[in-house]
Amino acid sequence: MTMSTANPTPSPSTPPPADTLQVRVNGKAVEVPRTMPDPVSGKPVPTTMIQACFTAGVMVPHYCYHPKLPVAGNCRMCLVEFGTPALGPDRKPILNPDGAPRITKSPRPAIACATPVSPGMEIYTDTPAVKQMRESVLEFLLINHPLDCPICDKAGECKLQEYSEDHGEAQSRFVEPKVHKPKRVDLGPRIVLDDERCILCTRCIRFTRDIVGDDALGLVNRGSYSTLTAYPGRPFDNNYTLNTVDICPVGALTSKDFRFQMRVWFLKETPSLCTSCATGCNIVIGSREDRIYRYEPRENEAVNACWMCDYGRLNYAWIGRADRLTEIRGPQAAGQAPAPGWTPILREISGKLRQAAAGSVAIIASARQTNEELYLLAKLAKKLGALTDSVPRMGEGDRLLLNADRNPNSAGARLTGIAATPMGANLPKIAEGIRAGTIKTLLVVGEEVTRLGLGADLLARLETLIVSDILPNETTRRAHYLLPGCAHAEKRGTFTNARGRVQKFMKAVEPRGDARPEWEFLHELALQVAGPDGCQSLEGLFNQMARDLPAFAGLTWAGLGNQGATLRSEP
Amino acid sequence: MIIERQKMSWWERLYLPAIIGGFKVSLRHFFRKKVTMQYPEQRWVVPPGYRGAPYLVRDQDGNTKCVSCQLCEFVCPPKAIKITPPGPAGPPADRPNAEKMPREFEINMLRCIFCGYCQEVCPEEAIFLMKDYSLIGASREEMIYNKEKLLALGGVHQDKIKKWQQKAQEARAQGQKP
Ligand code: SF4
Ligand code: SF4
Ligand code: FES
Repeated sequence: MTMSTANPTPSPSTPPPADTLQVRVNGKAVEVPRTMPDPVSGKPVPTTMIQACFTAGVMVPHYCYHPKLPVAGNCRMCLVEFGTPALGPDRKPILNPDGAPRITKSPRPAIACATPVSPGMEIYTDTPAVKQMRESVLEFLLINHPLDCPICDKAGECKLQEYSEDHGEAQSRFVEPKVHKPKRVDLGPRIVLDDERCILCTRCIRFTRDIVGDDALGLVNRGSYSTLTAYPGRPFDNNYTLNTVDICPVGALTSKDFRFQMRVWFLKETPSLCTSCATGCNIVIGSREDRIYRYEPRENEAVNACWMCDYGRLNYAWIGRADRLTEIRGPQAAGQAPAPGWTPILREISGKLRQAAAGSVAIIASARQTNEELYLLAKLAKKLGALTDSVPRMGEGDRLLLNADRNPNSAGARLTGIAATPMGANLPKIAEGIRAGTIKTLLVVGEEVTRLGLGADLLARLETLIVSDILPNETTRRAHYLLPGCAHAEKRGTFTNARGRVQKFMKAVEPRGDARPEWEFLHELALQVAGPDGCQSLEGLFNQMARDLPAFAGLTWAGLGNQGATLRSEP
Repeated sequence: MIIERQKMSWWERLYLPAIIGGFKVSLRHFFRKKVTMQYPEQRWVVPPGYRGAPYLVRDQDGNTKCVSCQLCEFVCPPKAIKITPPGPAGPPADRPNAEKMPREFEINMLRCIFCGYCQEVCPEEAIFLMKDYSLIGASREEMIYNKEKLLALGGVHQDKIKKWQQKAQEARAQGQKP
């Protein structure tokens, strides 16, 4: 499928006049395009009533309709009444005495999600009949529903609960035994299915068939006995299965990882980015009391639409690991108390850096650091005449979202000048420099260099090894100065994705112990080594970077918004 | 306004009649039925509907009724309740088709304001405000009651609906595994 290359939805305010038509929603006139791109193929297809209603800002309850999936029209929740202009024998609209076209109201309602609009159409979503239809559809959907909200992970964000609140009855009129279906079905390695809760909307089936291309799910049996199931003998296992949990309007499909972990209404939602590859999917981090419980995709038409991959979604547990680095450490002379905390240690480091001979310092910074951090390191490197590089991290990509480049900010590392071309080309040179004794100080941010040809023997030759990282490894153990850093969820910053989109992420949880956001202490180091730069905040730092680096020209922190902005020149 | 002090009559100026009158009142009450209570040896029987300490209950078959839906934790105005959900690998629920049970359930009785919202919101009838009104502990930690203690204090609640049992029976009758 064409994810971000699909034509952007034409904005209704500026289309060429011939391509739009006017309809009225509850009496309010709206101009809508005649066609909208099909969510899967991108080909123009007629605009539907539900799209017209949304354009008019009118909510139509719906279960099976999803803006990014093919239309199925099976839940009937979106029923509306409508009318069309009456035509005379001359095929001209008949006019009322007041000059307005006469509207013939359709005798029957229609589903808004699958009925195309026509010129002059009037859509009514607030008539008594529509209200009654919604109530009846909902009552039918609930007759066999197990009503086990207290044990359902979807409770709190369930469309069945929400619409029951709006359109439901307080009392059930159903007295017969409910139809029972399989519960706790192990659908695949990451998904549990409760068939009793399923309302048969087929969103999950359409998603995995039409978006992922893995035709793994289907309905079997008929009528009240219809049951969602995976292809017999084959687990539902592709890299996008957990998106079905998001789009399932009820709690039929739930995540094994999130199962019974926390009720959703306790989760604080922080807009952030996935850091598991260079695509930079927009996400929402759900956290409570400084513990991260889940990642969910956040809609961004230019990057990930409504989806994210399972690999990235489940890659968060390391942030809460017990062995996170939480203590700042300096070299401890025998019989001397360790230096107490950040200020003296940063002063010591900057003193050493200031005295270092030009060219005797090297910097290896991860392409998992933010643009601002890499920019600060580049500033330091310029001042010190340091050799710099980042570390490539490659995996296997797929055709949907997962990028082969597993660094979230390779583009940023290139654009700030930290990474060599190709990335990693300077690493042997740095190793050579240490062996020859010309490089005496090494600053490592977020990489385990002993695996990259800078073994323990080489690190032992250094006069000063300054390391900042998040989790302990060989390099952090050998560091003379260890500066505990933050995961992205613990700080703010921006990444540049593979397509050159600069996006920002917000802080969800507090860092532990001494750990501080890298940009904070790198900024302090840069101030002490290279002199004041006139900014105090992350916002100011970003804006300064945008002024300094031609690639980021024209960007501002505020201008990034929550959807990011694309660089003028692709990286 | 100035109030004139009344002159005392001869009888009043005698003084003794007033003293004797006072002793008469004391003596009358001395022989009346007692209204005070010998607390703590003697305890007040609280009226029905009294809102004392909230405890967790088991049903008549010994099952923990709480399913860890955390609504009481959400509704509790002073945030006295803290529930640790079971997670995917938690202890199995007493009633298998109820799927879950809290791993830990704590009520801080120092925070609780005995409002009864938890009982009101509970969809499983698993928490009730009981008649205990005098909660004593030697430390703050002691006043945080854990799941075990709450269940022990709560005792058994005669469940008339038996929702989960009914569901299981219905499913079995249709050949489904509940
Ligand atoms: S499992 Fe959910 S998404 Fe799939 S058909 Fe049922 S209700 Fe719809
Ligand atoms: S009685 Fe009120 S204050 Fe006490 S635990 Fe229940 S909800 Fe909280
Ligand atoms: S949303 Fe239109 S029929 Fe389901």
